[in-house]
Amino acid sequence: MTLMSDKSAGNGYFGPYGGQFVPETLMPALAQLDREYRSAMADPAFHAQFADALRKIAGRPSELYFASRFTEMLGGAKIYLKREDMNHTGAHKINNTIGQALLAQRMGKKRVIAETGAGQHGVATATAAAVYGLECDVYMGSEDIRRQALNVFRMKLMGARVIPVNSGQRTLKDALNEAFRDWMGSVEHTHYILGTVAGPYPFPEMVREFQSCIGAEARSQMLQAEGRLPDVVVACVGGGSNAAGIFARMINDKSVRMIGVEAGGRSLKPGDHAASLSAGRPGILHGTLSYVLQDDDGQTSLVHSVSAGLDYPGVGPEHAMWKDSGRVEYLPCGDEDALDAVVALSRAEGIIPALESAHAVAQAMKMAPKMPKDSILLINLSGRGDKDCNEIASILERRKGSEKK
Amino acid sequence: MNDLSDNRLVKLFAELKAASKKTLLPFLSAGYPDLETTGLLLDELQARGVRACELGFPFSDPVADGPVIQNSYAAALEQGATCDGILDVVRNYRSGGGSMALAAMVSYSIIYRHGVNEFLETCKSAGFDAMIIPDLPMEESQAVGPAADRLGLCNVLLVAPTTSPERRIEIARRSRGFIYYVSVAGITGQRDSLPEETIRGVEELRKHVQTPVCVGFGISDPQTVATVCQVADGAIVGSAIVKRLMDAKARGATSREMAACAGAFVEELITPLR
Repeated sequence: MTLMSDKSAGNGYFGPYGGQFVPETLMPALAQLDREYRSAMADPAFHAQFADALRKIAGRPSELYFASRFTEMLGGAKIYLKREDMNHTGAHKINNTIGQALLAQRMGKKRVIAETGAGQHGVATATAAAVYGLECDVYMGSEDIRRQALNVFRMKLMGARVIPVNSGQRTLKDALNEAFRDWMGSVEHTHYILGTVAGPYPFPEMVREFQSCIGAEARSQMLQAEGRLPDVVVACVGGGSNAAGIFARMINDKSVRMIGVEAGGRSLKPGDHAASLSAGRPGILHGTLSYVLQDDDGQTSLVHSVSAGLDYPGVGPEHAMWKDSGRVEYLPCGDEDALDAVVALSRAEGIIPALESAHAVAQAMKMAPKMPKDSILLINLSGRGDKDCNEIASILERRKGSEKK
Repeated sequence: MNDLSDNRLVKLFAELKAASKKTLLPFLSAGYPDLETTGLLLDELQARGVRACELGFPFSDPVADGPVIQNSYAAALEQGATCDGILDVVRNYRSGGGSMALAAMVSYSIIYRHGVNEFLETCKSAGFDAMIIPDLPMEESQAVGPAADRLGLCNVLLVAPTTSPERRIEIARRSRGFIYYVSVAGITGQRDSLPEETIRGVEELRKHVQTPVCVGFGISDPQTVATVCQVADGAIVGSAIVKRLMDAKARGATSREMAACAGAFVEELITPLR
C-alpha cells in the first residue's frame, strides 16, 4: 500500500481551508508531529510496518462485497459494500489509530489521548494503545457514554480510562475540547490521536492518508471484480475520515461520482441536524477553517443526530474544498431514513450497519432504483451496528408505539 | 495611516517604564454574570488603580481555558452576552471617561465570523486598545497583524513554555503592545506555584526585545504577582478573579457587591506593585 504526501497541502491548507488555529502551546507539538509524519512518509520501513500492522491487527484488506439481494431489492444499480465493518474493532477507525500509535512510538511518546463520539474511535485507540503498550485516556461526552455503553465497557476492558465530559451538549464536540485541553498540559509526553480529518494541520492530511487504504483497496478490488471503477461512491460524513479515505484514491478518476452523506437529523432547521457542509458556512472550529455550524456571533450551534459519530458541528477542511470545487456532492440524510436503512440492509444481507454508515446506505437506497442495472454503486460501509443495537431497539420500539396510536 | 504611538496600552507601558513601575492586568469574562456587572467592574477596577484590563469575549468552545473561565463563558452566553453587548459596555465605559487600556481577548472563531476588518474596526471605535487572540498563532497572525497596525490596535501575541528560544524571539518581534508570556503549558486557572523557568524565560526574552512582557496563566495571589513583576512588566490574573465573582454570585450578592468583592481582591493583588 502506498501513502502519498500531498505537496499542495504542505502549507497546511486545502484551497482556502485548513490551517492551524490553535494556542501557541500546541504549535511545537504540531510541528513535531508534522516532521515525524513527513519522515515516516519518506521511510519505506514505516510503510512496511504500517502495512503489516493493518494486516495483522486490523485484518486488512477488508472485503469488497457484492450485495446481491440488496441490489435485487432496490432494482437498479449493482450495489457493492466496502466492508470496513469487518475490521477488527468494527469500523474504519482502527486504520488511523494504528498509524498514529506508530507515530507516537517514533516520537517516543508513552501516552495517547483521544476524543470519541460513538465510541468507535475510542475503542480503536484503546486497541492500538494496548497493542503498542501505551497509556490511554479517552474523552467522551456523558450523553454519548449513555448512548454507547458497550463501547465504554470495551475501552475500559482494554485498559483505557474513559473520562466523561459534562460541558456543552456532552457529545463529540465537547470531547474534542477536553482532549485539546488535556493536550495543552501534557504535550511533552502525550500524543493526541485525533479521530478524523478535521483539527489543525497536519491532522486532516495525515488521517486521510492513514485511511486511504480503504480507497486504494476498493479501487483495485473493483477493477478486479468488474473490470471498471464504480459509477458512484457513497460515504457518510461526520468529521469525514472514512469518506476521505475512500474518496482520496479515486478523486482523480473523473468518471466516478462521489457523494458524502451528512447527518440531516430531524430537519435542516438549526439545532436539528449536524449537516455542516449542507447547511453551514466557512468558519473556524477546533483549529481548522472549514464549513461549520455557527450562529452570527461565531458561537458553535447545537447539533443533533441519531448517530453519535456524526453529531459534530464541523467537518474536515478537504471536504470543504471538494464541496466548493463540486468534485464531491454533499447531501443530508435524516434520522428516520438512516433507521430504515439499518433495517433494510440487516434483512437483505444479514449485515447490521452502524447508524453512521446507515446514512450512506440510505442515500444509496434513494439513488440505486433510478440507476441502470449495469451501473455500479459503491457504499463505504464504515462500521458495524452492534454498538447501536440498544439505541436502535429503543427507537424502533418508540416508533412501533406511535404507529399504534 | 494610524500608528501605535497614540495607543493607550503603548503609552501606559512607556509611562511605567519611565517610572520603573510594573502593572497588574486583571482579566474579566465579559458578560459574566451579566453585562451590567461587567460595566460596574470596569469602573471599580479603575477606581482601585488598575491601568490595563483584559475583557474575555465568551466563546462556546474555549480550548485554552480551564473550568472557571469555561463556566463563566457558558453562563455569560446563557445570559445572552453578545459581541454587540460587550462593545456597548466598552462604549459606555469610554463615554463615562474610562481611561484604562483595554484588551479584547477573543477567539479567532468569533473574529472570522464577523470579518477581520469589520471586527477590528468596531473594537477600535468602541474603545479597545489591543487584541489578544489565543488561537491565532504566529503563522496565521498575518490575517490580523497588518489590519490591527493600520487601525492603531495592538495585536498581542503569546509565547508558551513549549515555544523554542528562536521562535520566542520571532513571536516577540511581531507582537505589539506587550508579549503575553504564558507561564505554564496547560489551560488557564490557578496553580500552586509558578515554574522557575518562567522567571528565567522572561529574563532571556528581555535580552532580545524591547517590547514589554506580561506573564499570565496560573497567577492567583499578591506574592506571585510580586515575584513575576520582578522580571516582567505586568502580571495577568484571570481565573482567580472570576472565581471570586462566582463565589459572590453563589452567595446571592448583587452586581454592586460582586464588583466591590472583585475590587477588594484586585486591590490586594496590586498592593505589592505600588
